[in-house]
Amino acid sequence: MSPTLNTVYPLRAARVHEACGPAAVSFALRTAAQIGGDVIWLREQWLPERLNPAGFEGVEPDRLILAQTEDQTDTLAVAEEALRDGVAPLVVAQITRPISLTAGRRLQLAAKAGGTTGVCLIPDGMGSNAVETRWHCAPVFDADDSTLQQWDLIKNKSGTLGSWHVRWDAAARRVIVVSPAGE
Amino acid sequence: MFDGMQRRVVSLWFPRLASDRVLRARQVDGPFALTLAQNNANRIYCLNSAAEARGLYRGMTLSDARAFCPDLLTRSADLAEDARFLGSLRRWATRWCPWVGFEGHDGLVLNITGSAHLFGGEEAMLAAMRARLARAGLAVQIGQGETRGAAWARAHFGEGAALEDLPVAALRLGGETVTALQRMGLRTVGQLANSPRAPLARRFGAKLLLRLDQAFGQQPEQTSPEADPPHFGVRMTLPEPIGLEADVMAGARRLLERLCDKLRDQQSGARVLCLTLRRVDGDAQDVELRLARPLRDPARILPLFQRGVSELDAGFGIDQLRLEAVQVEPLPPEQVAHIRDHDPGRLDDLISRIGTRIGLENVQRFLPADSHIPERSFIIAPVAYSKPEKGWVRLRPRPIILFPPEPIAASGPRPPERFRWRRMTLTTGRVTGPERITPEWWLVDDAWQSGLRDYWRGGTRPGGRLWVFYTPQNPGWFVQGEFA
Repeated sequence: MSPTLNTVYPLRAARVHEACGPAAVSFALRTAAQIGGDVIWLREQWLPERLNPAGFEGVEPDRLILAQTEDQTDTLAVAEEALRDGVAPLVVAQITRPISLTAGRRLQLAAKAGGTTGVCLIPDGMGSNAVETRWHCAPVFDADDSTLQQWDLIKNKSGTLGSWHVRWDAAARRVIVVSPAGE
Repeated sequence: MFDGMQRRVVSLWFPRLASDRVLRARQVDGPFALTLAQNNANRIYCLNSAAEARGLYRGMTLSDARAFCPDLLTRSADLAEDARFLGSLRRWATRWCPWVGFEGHDGLVLNITGSAHLFGGEEAMLAAMRARLARAGLAVQIGQGETRGAAWARAHFGEGAALEDLPVAALRLGGETVTALQRMGLRTVGQLANSPRAPLARRFGAKLLLRLDQAFGQQPEQTSPEADPPHFGVRMTLPEPIGLEADVMAGARRLLERLCDKLRDQQSGARVLCLTLRRVDGDAQDVELRLARPLRDPARILPLFQRGVSELDAGFGIDQLRLEAVQVEPLPPEQVAHIRDHDPGRLDDLISRIGTRIGLENVQRFLPADSHIPERSFIIAPVAYSKPEKGWVRLRPRPIILFPPEPIAASGPRPPERFRWRRMTLTTGRVTGPERITPEWWLVDDAWQSGLRDYWRGGTRPGGRLWVFYTPQNPGWFVQGEFA
């Protein structure tokens, strides 16, 4: 039996978390909406996919600062700097190559020093073992709703794993859990 | 009391300043002219002596000039560059005396009172001026006198002539006044000075008598020297070379304090700073620092230099440090409020620090834009050079991720039941649409060459909410975005 979502989400502050899967960007934006404050979003310049601020829900686009880096080394360095500074409560980094344990641990220490939350968007299976939680997020088909997603907690350093169907409540600006539809 | 010193003013007139400036860079044999578009016609703005000898004159239209002189070479005039050139001449002229001002857009006025003896007397000084300007390739006419008006008159209408013999135009009068005076038979300054003053004032106003009195020194006139623009550079030379990072930072701190004092005096803030470290072997290394907003607080700027300084190679030691604010912006003092919800400076400092690593222009923010085209409904602008804007309008649901359109195999105006996208087979479960977006015909956009687009939101199985569109004018289906 999976634990209730509110033991693991909202994400634990002063830690780095990871998200993978097709809805990872959406996971990061929902986290940003829930945390509030400025968001620093790191992406590598060459990535063809771009964020579309007109589609944000719950996040004011003017709160998002986009840092376009050249490669992953820069991304990690800037992420560490931003996490340690602590002026922006959330730092999102789009990762394209596997992170070493050292790099992951450095991010974790920086987040702890700055009291900020870090979210790394990783390709499947490229996470670091130093991470606090890792989520796999995928959209789920729903006949009448268009925000239903399945969030699987696939790594948790301080608790059990779980799987939830969640949807975004635009009015309350939060994530609510729904019971999965019977097959 | 010593009152034997007379006021001496020198006026320099560069009759061909603009064309001389261009010809200094590129020598031309034969007629040459600069043209300027005035009143919908290209007219000659400035020309060299060879062109003048062929009968061309200023203000002549270029087509006429070409008819007179088919081998005329022309370039277009650059007034801003001319003004900058005159500014550097003014700076050069301060070698003769400290009071140098502009005289119109093609002359300088120097108050050489008390400085001529440094150059061996006035005649020697003027000869030296002439020699230096001739070597620089500038035509010049120099007039001197006890007043600014007399110097101007001699520079323009006869060097060394007596003021009384010069034509009335030498009094810096308007063209109509000169014509009227000549019609009255008053052709020279001397005739004008000897005629009764009251009828002149009644006929021509006070301006004429003012100019006359200024030329003869009965009315004062200033030379109004220009102040040098403030220079935001400081340096420090060390008796012994240093090599430790902490020492360099300590030197930078001292320089920064001096520089920030200067910036505070001018109510400015530095935007780009350059720290130059000269090594013992003569090599110099630069550390450039670009700031997210103008700053003049040494405590906040200094840590930003840390990264650049740590990457330097000190070699056998550094014996000179130089700090310059390369780009300066006005920064008026702000009122300090005791209530402040957050400190905006901290985020700017972080952006500056990130900018030193990945380039300040790569730290960006979204700004709303007025367009229905999804890719152009926002602008990405550098944070350092823009302000955050509200005013995001969200009329219809939009995807959170946009990518370049990816074609899918389908036909017909309705979304396909099954299709393959990114090596996944998807079944369409629910579609909403279409939303028709027409291209902006006033902009050329290769991506929108295929014409109108009918956008559909498609919920697919097993998941994935895609933004697909159909182009009815060039039938085809594409995926362009993903919803949350």
